[in-house]
Amino acid sequence: MASGPTRTQSYGRINRNKPLSFSFNGRKLTGYTGDSLASALLANGIALVSRSFKYHRPRGIYSMGVDDPNALVTINTGSRTEPNTQATVVELSEGLTARSQNCWPSLEFDAMSINDNFSRFLAAGFYYKTFMGPTRKSWMFYEHFIRKAAGMGEATTQKDPDLYEKVHGFCDVMVVGGGPAGLAAAVAAARTGARVVLVEQSPDLGGGLLNTPANGEADRWIAEQVAILKAAENVRILTRCSVFGAYDHGSFGLVERVQDHVGPPQQAVLRQRMWIMRTGQAILATGALERPIVFGGNDLPGVMLASAARGYLNHYGVLAGKNIVIFTNNDGAYWAATELSRAGASVMLVDARPEAPAVARTPAENSGVVIQTGKAVAKAKGRKRVASVEVAPFDCETGNLCGTASAYKCDLLCVSGGWSPTLHLLGQRSSKPAYDDALAAFSPGAVVEDGFHVAGAANGKIATRDCVIDGQAKGLEAALACGFTEPKGSERLPALDLKDGWETPLRPVWEVCDRHGNSHRKAFVDLQHDVTVSDVALAHREGYVSVEHLKRYTTLGMASDQGKGANVIALALMAKHRGKSIPEVGVTTFRPPFTPVAAGALAGHETGPAIEPRRHTPMRQWHLNNGAEFIETGIWDRAWYYPKPGEDLEAAYIREARELRRSVGIVDVSTLGKIDVQGPDAAEFLNRIYVNGWKTLPVGRARYGVMLREDGMVFDDGTTTRLSEHHYFMTVTTAGAGAVMSHLEFLLQTCWTDLRVEVTSATDQWAAVAVSGPRARGLLSSIDSDIDFSNEGLPFMGAAEGTMAGLPVRVIRITFTGELGYEIYTPAGFGEALQEAVVAAGSAHDLLLCGIEALGALRVEKGHVAGSEITGRTTLDDLGLARMGSTKKPYVGQVLAQREALAAPERQQFVGLRPVDPSAVIKGGSILSEPNETPQGHGLGYVTAVAFSPVVGSTIGLGLLSGGRARKGTTVNVVDTVDDTIIAAHVTSPHFYDPDGEKARA
Amino acid sequence: MRIECPCCGLRDHREFEYGGDALRSRPALDDTGIDRWSDYVFLRRNPRGLHYEFWQHTDGCHQWIVVQRDTVSHEIVSVQLAADAPDAERSLGELKYG
Repeated sequence: MASGPTRTQSYGRINRNKPLSFSFNGRKLTGYTGDSLASALLANGIALVSRSFKYHRPRGIYSMGVDDPNALVTINTGSRTEPNTQATVVELSEGLTARSQNCWPSLEFDAMSINDNFSRFLAAGFYYKTFMGPTRKSWMFYEHFIRKAAGMGEATTQKDPDLYEKVHGFCDVMVVGGGPAGLAAAVAAARTGARVVLVEQSPDLGGGLLNTPANGEADRWIAEQVAILKAAENVRILTRCSVFGAYDHGSFGLVERVQDHVGPPQQAVLRQRMWIMRTGQAILATGALERPIVFGGNDLPGVMLASAARGYLNHYGVLAGKNIVIFTNNDGAYWAATELSRAGASVMLVDARPEAPAVARTPAENSGVVIQTGKAVAKAKGRKRVASVEVAPFDCETGNLCGTASAYKCDLLCVSGGWSPTLHLLGQRSSKPAYDDALAAFSPGAVVEDGFHVAGAANGKIATRDCVIDGQAKGLEAALACGFTEPKGSERLPALDLKDGWETPLRPVWEVCDRHGNSHRKAFVDLQHDVTVSDVALAHREGYVSVEHLKRYTTLGMASDQGKGANVIALALMAKHRGKSIPEVGVTTFRPPFTPVAAGALAGHETGPAIEPRRHTPMRQWHLNNGAEFIETGIWDRAWYYPKPGEDLEAAYIREARELRRSVGIVDVSTLGKIDVQGPDAAEFLNRIYVNGWKTLPVGRARYGVMLREDGMVFDDGTTTRLSEHHYFMTVTTAGAGAVMSHLEFLLQTCWTDLRVEVTSATDQWAAVAVSGPRARGLLSSIDSDIDFSNEGLPFMGAAEGTMAGLPVRVIRITFTGELGYEIYTPAGFGEALQEAVVAAGSAHDLLLCGIEALGALRVEKGHVAGSEITGRTTLDDLGLARMGSTKKPYVGQVLAQREALAAPERQQFVGLRPVDPSAVIKGGSILSEPNETPQGHGLGYVTAVAFSPVVGSTIGLGLLSGGRARKGTTVNVVDTVDDTIIAAHVTSPHFYDPDGEKARA
Repeated sequence: MRIECPCCGLRDHREFEYGGDALRSRPALDDTGIDRWSDYVFLRRNPRGLHYEFWQHTDGCHQWIVVQRDTVSHEIVSVQLAADAPDAERSLGELKYG
């Protein structure tokens, strides 16, 4: 019989009638439906699958699940390339391609494996110690090469073609894990009527039972439970779904692999779904993970966990070796030995304990297993896979070998160092696990966070029978905690007893040392990150005491497997070095995710244009139909400019701005924040929130107002119109609308609860156009309306309600451009009709369409403050608005605005900037400095806004300049540090156009 | 986290915006003391343990609420409308911490 793994004729739960073809490193191979990539590789005799992270040592398949540290491959190609994927969790699919990573030129011959020969120099901290000091420059230089040598697979830079989605789920009881305890818990909880969600990361339910012989009692029991759950309307089963994070108040993050198992698709498919699951109670039936024992060469391909060898046989029908040595310190490995021997392998079992119980020993011996007790594997030998082992007498008390070694040939070395309950989700919460001496592992501990229940192997149960009983109890307990009651007269829940479990306790064995107590140089604790026992010892010698520091210094447990097998061993080694017990050394904190989660799943559909919701004005389609270009401004998409043929942005906005001052223009201003203020105390309310007075504003008039924050800085500005005695209509800036609304609600709901005022956001309810320019009155008067647009009928800052072209409107005579102007509001549904009515009448009045670029340019000319000046760091005085602040009444922010430092003359003040050379261009964001000086640090201030001004005939800027008002008439340097240009500019008033406001009143 | 909104029921915290320390007492509008306003605006308690906080249900009823929350465990002990939890009562809560 040839050596190495082979597929059996009859074992396993795979479908031999459905073969699948796949490739590994370009080799065409065949597997079966039901295989994992790892089992299919093993069945094809492939033991070497990857090269290790640091030393490029050959590595093979180590486990059969999410704990595998070695078998990392890159699957799929092109835009679907997925690096660093555990072959043990990839379901085989038709056409799957997989390749090794971190090897060059090939897996079999890896040039970087020379690192292995220098491993004594490459210990923990080597790279940083060598390259980081004395100057960091050397690290900058070497980092590229080091990252390349010590690395993982390469991610694709292509766009992910597949789709992801996020859904919200709700349940009373969530059961994590579909093994014996999880199935039992789900059935018990479901019978009370509770809404149950059962989550299993594998494709099939059954958990560890699927690693026991097929077609027996276990399969019958699983089928029975699944039938009960599927028949229940209150149960949802999620398979191929991992609970990766446990969050507050019963919230969990789950990722469901919807179509990862169907092979490379032809088109974009829904690949993964992220669940945000809100639960009443959660049952962690997450099982336990077998852990290894550390000895020399324990990382060779062909070294594998005993449970994995058992699982590959019983689940996948793969006999992972012909000449098998099993090294254990517990009874559990005897079941594996017995079954592997019955399947045709020659098996020798090495038990570190002096004795093994007859109940385990007898069936093994009867099936031909050779048992050696009181011995240990000292070393595994072989080049690219294990070929022999050295076995020697061993003293469990000292952890040292104590006799002469004998060599045995083998092609598979199985290890079982005991089982660690999978408590990662609990560890993500505040619950700290407790060390259990009987298990030599961490178990849930006496205090488990409210809402959590731990069942089965995760709770330290060993025998299947106990897991089922524990699951049933916890299922009922969780449902009762949700307020459900135990169903009366219910029949007994189905039991399962596989007569497994441990007759005698394990003996903790973490590492096999030589007779002098020395470690083997190539004995690995964390296989994925190539952390050896010597690295842990080095960390201890260098003074690392905290396990959190040990972890960061050696990178132990920080690989993608998160040290699922390695962590407890590292703690034990650290405890030994420090002469303390394991619980005294402590545990590291677990953090989400439990298993790697694709970034795409976390993003869901929130990518590209859907990354956040966009807001559109009611006239969006009209603008599109009429040739507008759009721009994103915050959450809004707005009409930017309306180019004529051949025009770019620059040409279009300058034309729009120039022509508006000559005739009339229309701008969509629907994005303005609008707040409806009603109530008998509305005037008093406005008086408190604005810096200026509001008690004298008559009905039918509008007023410009400025609000301060509580700290005295300018918050927002806008106009508020008094529509009737107790009804005001407030507009606020587009960007500030949400914050202003929350601010007003805060004041009314927490401070001024006695004021009889209601505020309501009306932003979405009203569309608005600004019509301004010298011909605005003529244009509006030509539209059928009951509103008198004459200067007497509707004076500057006047307001009227009525109809225009049959549409209900509010007209307020205010202007942002400085020209005669009107803002016309109509209910949002009429926005497009209003736009059309004004444009239809406009042809006789030279109306032009203006975008917000032109509007912005006109405001720069006019010198109004806007968002780029209201930065939250500017005061009324900084903005030249000090006169607005009332001295006759208190208002929000008034007192803190009087802080001494805010009156400092060197504060940055609002100014205008005009280039000395009219052909020079002022750029936004430029830094201001003294003439003939390059700025130091932040300079004297900066340019907040720029535009080309047809009126001035050059670019102009607005800026915040230290002591700016006193500098009027002088020049400053305008320094653009991006393009490295400096130009000189006159400091002027910010009001370049019609400073006295005569145009607006015309 | 999930917060039991007095108007809308148990909702995810992402529907709410955080408003900070709710044990502050706002000086009277006509109070001209810079120190008192400064304390109100800039001094926030940040206890390890039980705390009273303002939240606003911005993606819901827009009500400001006072949430009594443990900043360590995130356990929420009580929730009430800010309008029903006047300053004086919140200040009583303050006494618990000394």
